[in-house]
Amino acid sequence: MALLQISEPGQSPNPHERRLAVGIDLGTTHSLVAAMRNGVAECLPDEAGRVVLPSVVRYLPDNRRQIGFEALAAAAQDPQNTIASVKRFMGRNLKDVVDPARLPYQFVDKPGMLALDTAGGEKSPVEVSADILATLRYRAQDSFDDDLYGAVITVPAYFDDAQRQATKDAATLAGLNVLRLINEPTAAAIAYGLDNASEGVYAIYDLGGGTFDISILRLTQGVFEVIATGGDSALGGDDYDRALADWALQQASLTAVSASDKVRITQAARACKEALSQQDRATLQAEVAGQSISLTVHRDQFDTVTRALTERTIGAARKALRDAKLAVADVEGVVMVGGSTRMPQVQAAVAALFGRAPLNNLNPDEVVALGAAIQANQLAGNNTAGELLLLDVIPLSLGIETMGGLVERIVPRNQTIPTAMAQDFTTYQDGQTAMALHVVQGERDMVADCRSLARFELRGFPAMVAGAARIRVTFTVDADGLLRVSAREQNSGVEASIDVKPTYGLDDQEIARMLQDSFSTAQADMRARALAEARLDADRLLLATQTALDADGQLLEGLETAAIQALMVAVRDGQSLDDPATIEALSKALADGTQAFAAMRMNHGIQRALSGKNIETV
Amino acid sequence: MVLGFCAGRFIVSEVPISLGADDFVLFGVARQFSQDRAGLDVRWKALQSEAHPDRFAAQSASAQRQALQWSVRINEAYQRLKDPLRRAAYLCELAGMPIQAESNTAMPARFLMQQIEWREALDDASALHEVESLQAEVAAFRTQALADCAQALDTEHDPARAVALVRSLMFVERFIDDIERRRDQLPSQAST
Repeated sequence: MALLQISEPGQSPNPHERRLAVGIDLGTTHSLVAAMRNGVAECLPDEAGRVVLPSVVRYLPDNRRQIGFEALAAAAQDPQNTIASVKRFMGRNLKDVVDPARLPYQFVDKPGMLALDTAGGEKSPVEVSADILATLRYRAQDSFDDDLYGAVITVPAYFDDAQRQATKDAATLAGLNVLRLINEPTAAAIAYGLDNASEGVYAIYDLGGGTFDISILRLTQGVFEVIATGGDSALGGDDYDRALADWALQQASLTAVSASDKVRITQAARACKEALSQQDRATLQAEVAGQSISLTVHRDQFDTVTRALTERTIGAARKALRDAKLAVADVEGVVMVGGSTRMPQVQAAVAALFGRAPLNNLNPDEVVALGAAIQANQLAGNNTAGELLLLDVIPLSLGIETMGGLVERIVPRNQTIPTAMAQDFTTYQDGQTAMALHVVQGERDMVADCRSLARFELRGFPAMVAGAARIRVTFTVDADGLLRVSAREQNSGVEASIDVKPTYGLDDQEIARMLQDSFSTAQADMRARALAEARLDADRLLLATQTALDADGQLLEGLETAAIQALMVAVRDGQSLDDPATIEALSKALADGTQAFAAMRMNHGIQRALSGKNIETV
Repeated sequence: MVLGFCAGRFIVSEVPISLGADDFVLFGVARQFSQDRAGLDVRWKALQSEAHPDRFAAQSASAQRQALQWSVRINEAYQRLKDPLRRAAYLCELAGMPIQAESNTAMPARFLMQQIEWREALDDASALHEVESLQAEVAAFRTQALADCAQALDTEHDPARAVALVRSLMFVERFIDDIERRRDQLPSQAST
């Protein structure tokens, strides 16, 4: 299947008006950044011509760090400070980590997300991820010698709200404007050029370094509709490495004692596993506990030792098909994504399940970043003729805690997003003006077996007799798959103020602290940064308003247009001032002043969709 | 974008659509039980093409908020319209006879007997073919009940009769879920 070629209809836009938008695959073991160049999506290389960036960060004293290949090379000699596969810790508590003792890191057990103790101080997984993202951001800016308008960041489809929010926070910390979070299998589907030419149901089997996703999509004329998704956000190539490493240690009757031992045996196992994808036997060599291990491993032995892992992926695939209410025969093709799909064992298992040879013709390492770049280009407004539409789903049910530690499901899994569900509550005490809700995610019936997302405190209801209040709580899952909560007392119409306490997230203070510490602002003056950001936001808003006027200006009366233009002039003039607060205030005035216009545009668009070419009156 | 509508009946609305419009008005289809599923799918995608937040990613926060509201509303309407049971319940509600499943729990005796028999059959089933045979029987009952619903709503204009059918179908839906769960528990078979 050919890579999607997006050709510019007619003349291409003025290069100075094109916004540089990139797609970023923030992977467990490898990360990539891609962008559109001359109508084709391409992964951007570093100075040495390598497109892949190992997701490894080494922290040194004096706020220094090494990121990527350099850090990877140092992992065996400095294991505690060289953080690899940090994606497995995003939005996770220490008790979620399976067997932390086998990992070489110094974990810090915190009530929310775990942290890692390093030579550079205590680091949150969000900060480590931000360092990787910042590196890719600079790479993109250097490649194009231009500022970045925004980025699409991919996440595993099976990532829950906590993991997604952590990813978004990392991007913010890295100074990226996140246009959208999209699911990795969906991004891969785009890259395969499964567009107007390809119609039908496709399965995307995505086995990465640390996560597994299976998505079933229906493609019709540029619309990618996810029907069902499943997976395991703690299953990937790393686990195959671990299984082989354990087996090798057993064969050699040795134990990995030191942190360096653990790194060495894992790296050796990975190298052996990769070799076995090309040949029937390979050598596993490592220095452990002062001894040399040198084993010949046959592919059959590796397959036996790791069979159970592959079976788990096949089980998840069957479940996704059931959720989609489809049979294997309904699937037109199955696309393989992620470096781990190179294993012959995996190829065979997928072919056996779907009764057809899987599609492999794009580089499984790059395909996600490429798809994200295509989507980023469209979201930034560079491709107004673009017909690409992604209709994705929430992978895991959302619910609230009720009496007895039970979960009441509010949003079911595989529901198309964005979506909102409302639930009515009432008060149990006279004069009660607040209530607390505990939101969880997962398929189990007990709160203890689900993932706690956050506690929401709703305040400000008028005091009433117990049971008289009608509080409608609306749970909205947005296009990024993130949850927002709003609440309104129906009798009085009072909107509650909401205080969010994320269970595994960062609150505003922690983010502010990290921003101060991060190396992207280490030398910069905080005020200068605030000024630059205010100007950048003003630029974006002016651009957006102009685009809107160009497209739908005819909806407005002369006076209305003049009013908006006057506000735009004020913002433009204000940008040359030195005070971020003034610029922000002028930007806000423009945003407020275009609200009515935005509503008109939306209505006009809906009308346009409703009036088709073939119309019959009833 | 060319919207290829297949044979269907779409109404052109003369007044601006509001978020508060009912699902049928929003989708420009007749307010009736009988619907063309393929037509609904096309209409859903056409509407999302206009309203989805992705179309407004480079626009102001206010435009994005509006897009989110509309996109949520369109998804809600689609979920309701495409599912025959939910569509029937919605039509009853619009006709002034909401189902109110929590408060009305009384069911006809014959129907309850049927449920008990099915429940026993499910509990006794230990092989896949037994579960599949029960599944087929329940599916046939459901198909017939939906056809009766169509008759009650579109031909007889008798929403009261439809309410009774919808309530029985809600029992059946839950039972179908239980059969699925039972299927999952049986040793995995080669075919999906």
